[in-house]
Amino acid sequence: MVTYLIRRVAWLIPVLFVVSVITFGLMHAVPGGPWSGERNVSAGVQQNINKKFRLDLPIQDQYIAWVGDLLHGDLGPTFKYRDRSVNDVVAEGFPITLQLGLMAFIVAVAFGIPLGIIAALGHNRWPDYLATAVSLIGIATPSFVLAIILVVVFSVWLRWLPGVGDGWKGTLFSDAGREALLKDPVASVRTWVLPVVALAGYQIAQIARYTRASMLEVTRKDYVRTAQSKGIRHRAVVVRHMIRNALIPVVTILGPILAFLITGSFVIEYFFGVPGIGRYYVVGIGQRDYGLIMAMTVLYAFAVAFLNVVVDVLYAYIDPRIRYN
Amino acid sequence: MATTAGVLDRTVTARRSSGIWRDALGRLMRNRLAVIGGIWVIFLILLAIFGPAIAPWHYDQKDNVAFNLAHGRPAPPFTIPNHPLGLDNYGLDIFSKLLDGAQISMSVAFVAQAVVLLIGIPIGALAGWYGGRLDTYLMRFTDVMYAFPDLLLIILLSVAFRDTDFGRALNGLFLVFVAIGLTSWVTVARLVRGQLLSLREMEFVEAARAIGVSGRKIMTRHLLPNAIGPVTVAVTLGIPTAILFEATLAYLGVGVQPPRASWGKMIAEGVNFIRSAPYLTYLPGLMIASALISFTFLGDGLRDALDPKLKGKQ
Repeated sequence: MVTYLIRRVAWLIPVLFVVSVITFGLMHAVPGGPWSGERNVSAGVQQNINKKFRLDLPIQDQYIAWVGDLLHGDLGPTFKYRDRSVNDVVAEGFPITLQLGLMAFIVAVAFGIPLGIIAALGHNRWPDYLATAVSLIGIATPSFVLAIILVVVFSVWLRWLPGVGDGWKGTLFSDAGREALLKDPVASVRTWVLPVVALAGYQIAQIARYTRASMLEVTRKDYVRTAQSKGIRHRAVVVRHMIRNALIPVVTILGPILAFLITGSFVIEYFFGVPGIGRYYVVGIGQRDYGLIMAMTVLYAFAVAFLNVVVDVLYAYIDPRIRYN
Repeated sequence: MATTAGVLDRTVTARRSSGIWRDALGRLMRNRLAVIGGIWVIFLILLAIFGPAIAPWHYDQKDNVAFNLAHGRPAPPFTIPNHPLGLDNYGLDIFSKLLDGAQISMSVAFVAQAVVLLIGIPIGALAGWYGGRLDTYLMRFTDVMYAFPDLLLIILLSVAFRDTDFGRALNGLFLVFVAIGLTSWVTVARLVRGQLLSLREMEFVEAARAIGVSGRKIMTRHLLPNAIGPVTVAVTLGIPTAILFEATLAYLGVGVQPPRASWGKMIAEGVNFIRSAPYLTYLPGLMIASALISFTFLGDGLRDALDPKLKGKQ
């Protein structure tokens, strides 16, 4: 198990290397630097700027210098937000993105799994049809459309919750954010609800569909029939035999889903004006802000790869039949 | 249809030799949701093909007369002559724009998946057939690509090549095809490899080898045809994701460029009029939703029909 873990963590290094090389290559593949859109500056000034941001070096040297800084914990400068480094942007935005992703994950699991179980237990009867209808709506609605519907219903018509532009108040993972949260918890929670639900919607549906299929599969298993024929109460069969076994394959998709929720929130952040790093990513990419894009992509890739390791380990823990060697 | 399927099924159980494809088709036809999904998919494809012929207006042609009558504001569906679904905030015909959106979505659905097959099948087949070190290298590469967040890579590609000739081809549509294809082939590659790994140990392959059939012919005649089922399912279920990616790109402003009317772009523009003219948002929204649902139904149905594990259990 320990060897397996070490090997999996070591595997992160080549992954991050390839991801960073691809990103670096793509960003430099086409003519036009981060300043090509701005007003003309004299050649001398341009040269000085290039020198400051090391854009005058050959591309492989730029990459090596970037990796060197990264190993010292320095993600480099952003070109557009000149008074701040990428470290500042990440330190400020990542806690918010992380919290948004984690809360959406909790919502997705808390609604998706019960929905799938209810559908499977009422197979081909109304609970199944109802749960299937709900998950279909989730699958068929892109997050930005769901966001629009939620804002129209809950903030324009019903006026229960704040809408677009009120952003995000208070964060769990930063000191300033926790202060804001403690000062006015209700306001904080109210700004969280719509972005979290809009982000979670699609994944609720995915988890529900997967859980339902897995439950139906388990229902046909011999050990379930054995348990039933032994005269064990239906409830105990469902809880102890069916649900426990049915959830094992569901765990495998939770890793990618968590990764998707943390890295895939930029559409939602952009829509609701949530000040996470996703919003910077959308803006940075349009302005070809190399420093920002490189740092964000590698950070996202690291998050995805790391979560996959966590899920694999969790998988072995839940299902003792699985042995890694 | 139901009776034909029933008859077909009975003959099939009597005589297994009539082929797994007809067998699967029979099961697919009895799956009501899959049939509904399939019919809607065909309808969308027809809209995409014949859209330019049906559209009463060009998607980029402003109707000044009607727009002035509507006081320069969007007009709701069924309220003005000549524009069945109304006018948008630029005075363009919504119906014609939706038809163009159908063409974009459907071409993304099929062309991007073709790119996926073009990359995924060779890589998976090479890895599964030769095994050994080549397999290890190819699968490591596949693992790395799997770790790259899809949407990030697609956005990155779209932005990096946006200002090149290649990026401007077909108003950016070509770049969308390639970007989605380049990120989504991993599933197909893994699937084909897994299939080949198990198939190449089968007796019928050994038999073919024993009578001197060439490796290439074994691959094309015996192995790949047997992998078609799972690949078909994966490709069909990958289509909604591709459609969703295209819409998201257009929504963020980095996908298909105006004047082409992507559904995602229509929604991004419609949001500004969500109170006064909600139909600018919900009409393209409904189109996206119906496309996603119908492909999902069809893909699920195909999986149930082709999955031998479930045979005889329904």
